[in-house]
Amino acid sequence: MMIALIDYGAGNLHSVRSALVKAGADNVHITSNVDDVARADKIVLPGVGAFGACASALRALDGMEDALNQRVLHGGVPFLGICVGMQLLADEGLEFGGAKGLGWIEGKVRELDGDARGVKVPHMGWNDVILSTQNGLIQSGEAYFLHSFHFDAENPAHIIATTDHGGPLVAAVGRDNILGVQFHPEKSQHYGIEFLSRFLEWTA
Amino acid sequence: MTVKTRIIPCLDVANGRVVKGVNFVNLVDAGDPVEQAKAYDDAGADELCFLDISATSDGRGTLLDMVRRTAEVCFMPLTVGGGVRSDDDARALLLAGADKVAVNSAAVSRPELVGDIAQRFGSQCCVASVDARRSMKEDGTWTGKWEIFTHGGRKATGIDAVDHALNLTRLGAGELLVTSMDGDGTKAGYDLELIRTISDQVNIPVVASGGVGNLDHLVDGVIKGHASAVLAASIFHFGEYSIAEAKAALRKAGISARS
Repeated sequence: MMIALIDYGAGNLHSVRSALVKAGADNVHITSNVDDVARADKIVLPGVGAFGACASALRALDGMEDALNQRVLHGGVPFLGICVGMQLLADEGLEFGGAKGLGWIEGKVRELDGDARGVKVPHMGWNDVILSTQNGLIQSGEAYFLHSFHFDAENPAHIIATTDHGGPLVAAVGRDNILGVQFHPEKSQHYGIEFLSRFLEWTA
Repeated sequence: MTVKTRIIPCLDVANGRVVKGVNFVNLVDAGDPVEQAKAYDDAGADELCFLDISATSDGRGTLLDMVRRTAEVCFMPLTVGGGVRSDDDARALLLAGADKVAVNSAAVSRPELVGDIAQRFGSQCCVASVDARRSMKEDGTWTGKWEIFTHGGRKATGIDAVDHALNLTRLGAGELLVTSMDGDGTKAGYDLELIRTISDQVNIPVVASGGVGNLDHLVDGVIKGHASAVLAASIFHFGEYSIAEAKAALRKAGISARS
């Protein structure tokens, strides 16, 4: 089973690869090549930093957005987005004037308002993953979060899990073969590795 | 409800080796940072911090290799500090596998460095260090202010520590690592007034550091110092207390800690 871990210059690729290997993956391909995406059995999109910068870096890879649409939206290949890689599933990110996302999960990515929530931002550290719906992939537990923006999903049916930082925040979204997690499984010790093992077994 | 209070063991390293030894049992090589990091990962530490105190610049390649090897086997967040002078230095550490980069002395002379890193890689990975001492009057009493010191607490700068912390926050730091150089190594506890004064004025997480001698000090850092995370070195390294005991102490005091 080949896993394409997409390198668009915006991810902690090696940590994600190490965690996937620890979870049992035998063929993780760090790639920015659309041909690899076309033949991958599973696709992982990491992401760290700013939504706008990540969106433009992903689009700077020639043909990558089309290849992802082709394989994930139409081909049904299991897909995992992590942190900003999850936020990119939204229609739009509202940071610094806004940038378009992939538009696979309806919603917008908004800044966390620490003053209104009475909490510190970034949301940095371990927090509870609370299931909104029963899902074989995401289980309740504690995971590591590190973000200043959050996914405001339009359709409640797409929200798989939330966490709480001065009020609920989306921790995982998904539909069909598409899954996104706000937390960092590669930094969430046993909880994260076990989640990645389930992702590896997922047939969507 | 909110995010849990983090417990962060910190390892001082120089030229790829841990400087203050760790007294864990079952370590093949007690000076190897990767092995010690793995022991803390297994023990359930919430994050790990490496501070590179190498005096020479040729230690950088060794540091990067150490970070790379650690990130391969540890599935916990890693902050690396020491000797970061440019956003390219930060980039090298992030590419090697650090999740956050701590900026120390270079941000005293050039605070904009924090802005450079935050803009390029995001605030979430930029930790700004605030190393302070209490400013004393000639008669030996405290002025009520703190001053930024560099070079491991030996060199005074004349910069007010709280002003510096606020400035670094404004420039885009995602977290402040506040160390009392008076308390560092004394085991007398954090400088709670320093931690609280800064924490109450910023909207980003503050990590309390410097002076921990027992588990009550960790609790005080959160309850009296209003810190989001507590950092300690020797109490964990020498096996006086385990990470599990530290978590239990926080929970007993009503603080939310990871199970």
